[in-house]
Amino acid sequence: MKPYSLILKELWQRPTPMLTSLVAVTLGVTALVAIQNITVYSEQKIASDMDALGANVLVLPPSVSLQNYYSADMHGKTMPETYVTQLALAKLPGVQNLAPKLCVEADVDSIPVVLTGILPRSEFESKAAWQGMSMLTNSVGSDRGCCATGITGGDEDEDPASLATKRSIKDLGKDEVILGSEIATQLGTQKGDKITLLEKEFKVLTVLPETGTIDDGRLFAHLHTVQELAGTGPVVNVIEIMACCEDAAGDLIGSLSKELPDTRVITISQVVETQVAVNGLMSRLSWLFFSILLLVGAASIASVMYSNVSERRKEIGTLMALGASPAFVTNLFLGKATILGFVGGLGGFLLGTVLAYILGPQLLDVAVQPMPQLCLIGIGVATLVAVVASYLPARRAAGLDPCLVFNDA
Amino acid sequence: MYSLENVIKKYERHGQEVTALDETNLEIPDNDFVAIIGPSGSGKTTMLSLLGGMLAPSSGRVVLDGISLYALSVKERTKVRSTKIGFVFQTFNLIPWLTAQENVQIPLVLSGCNAQQQQERAAAMLEKVGLADRMRHKPNEMSQGQQQRVALARTLANDPQIILADEPTGNLDPETREQVMEYLTEFHQDGRTIVMVTHDEAAAKFATRTIRLVSGVVSEVKAEVQAEAA
Repeated sequence: MKPYSLILKELWQRPTPMLTSLVAVTLGVTALVAIQNITVYSEQKIASDMDALGANVLVLPPSVSLQNYYSADMHGKTMPETYVTQLALAKLPGVQNLAPKLCVEADVDSIPVVLTGILPRSEFESKAAWQGMSMLTNSVGSDRGCCATGITGGDEDEDPASLATKRSIKDLGKDEVILGSEIATQLGTQKGDKITLLEKEFKVLTVLPETGTIDDGRLFAHLHTVQELAGTGPVVNVIEIMACCEDAAGDLIGSLSKELPDTRVITISQVVETQVAVNGLMSRLSWLFFSILLLVGAASIASVMYSNVSERRKEIGTLMALGASPAFVTNLFLGKATILGFVGGLGGFLLGTVLAYILGPQLLDVAVQPMPQLCLIGIGVATLVAVVASYLPARRAAGLDPCLVFNDA
Repeated sequence: MYSLENVIKKYERHGQEVTALDETNLEIPDNDFVAIIGPSGSGKTTMLSLLGGMLAPSSGRVVLDGISLYALSVKERTKVRSTKIGFVFQTFNLIPWLTAQENVQIPLVLSGCNAQQQQERAAAMLEKVGLADRMRHKPNEMSQGQQQRVALARTLANDPQIILADEPTGNLDPETREQVMEYLTEFHQDGRTIVMVTHDEAAAKFATRTIRLVSGVVSEVKAEVQAEAA
């Protein structure tokens, strides 16, 4: 038997008094790990989305507020489609592409779907030709300034699947539809199939690769067809602008606001900043929860340890009579605190990781992975708190008068 | 050999000074068997605590084998206690969540013996007190007499030179009391020094000397070989 066996045996035989403290410590670490885990992976996803999207700008009806870039057209408010033409003709510097969208509800074989109207690039090119500006490489903007490479065209734009990443396509017929990967699976539909939407038959042009966004659940058709079928008239919910770089996007805001004063112009970075701010708040809150729950845990541990010392006075006195030094007695209690902190920290890490794994995709659409560094932080801080909280009770135990072991002491 | 030299122990209780032990001089040679008797509050436990190195005197010296116990540091005194002194308590003071064998192992854990030595020594000691078949039992699974025998085995674990017993028969029935006293006599015959505080006249008769304490003052009642008479 080793000295630590005495601690483990006591904990094993009398676990009840320590359970409350253990639960408090575990919950503290769970809160930290779960929220931090989700927050970190959420930030990584935002950064990754940001990289994929480039410097994008959204033009929205004035009363729209926005939390999620991908649901920018889901607010139900509209603005005239003429704004799109106005922007295209303005040839603003740094504009790489324009992607107006109109979002309506429909159903396919009684399955409710979201049908999104988009305008293919060919429409802008024909407008540019009509305006006599077809010699320019960019039909919707001016590439002076930061855009070093050609802005439009390229073989990949010819592929309708480029909609998934470029957010626009070259051509889209009036009776063609593009399906997100998820809805295609749900409908059991493949490229070349025919489906009926809003009483019109469409041919499936392609199925987009999975993007992990709500676009996976959408159907995309020509904007004018959607307007006609939905009876909305020539309106759009949003105009997405692909600017060629961050600088252009920064300068662009003023120009866009000037060009379209009755709209709300926001950059993707603003949307991301909102998301990042929410994440930052969550992160700070996780530390707050962690601190509060650990303080509760510490108070509980201190209280339980004090009562443990009182209950075990005779036992401690006996150990001292049998040759236990005050340091040995102190270590018995601090050892117990270390075990509590370690188990609470480890349990909290495991529980928090599982919680994050379950809640991450549900709450923020973020897939999370375990973060070993949180294990170290959780165990380290929980152990430190447990030991500090137990220090005074341990000292009190070590200072007990061993004479209390005698009958009339 | 123990000696108490002009030992005085005073307490402060509710603002009043109480003399628990007054100007005491006493010698306890090696292999002595001393019974300390006296009414409650006479200072018997104070004397046992002083002899055990657990309670410093107000003045005077407690000397064990030529070393003044209270001139030693706490650590050194703890070492003396773990190597030279064994205790027997009225209420046995076994750790309730440990088995008989583990209880006997405690002094060996404290003195740093390895696990195998601990187990072998504890088993041998339990066998010596007739409890070889109860090694895995917890205190609450044993009778009072068996518990006191486990406590005796624990006392012997480190082979102490001195055994300090506090009312060792106080909680026992007459038959078990007799058995425990026989064990203590056996330990005495093995060459150990026994100092026993007791209210029990019959138990005191097993000792070779009886000291009476009244209001902190020592008086020798009998210094003959009483064991034969007992």
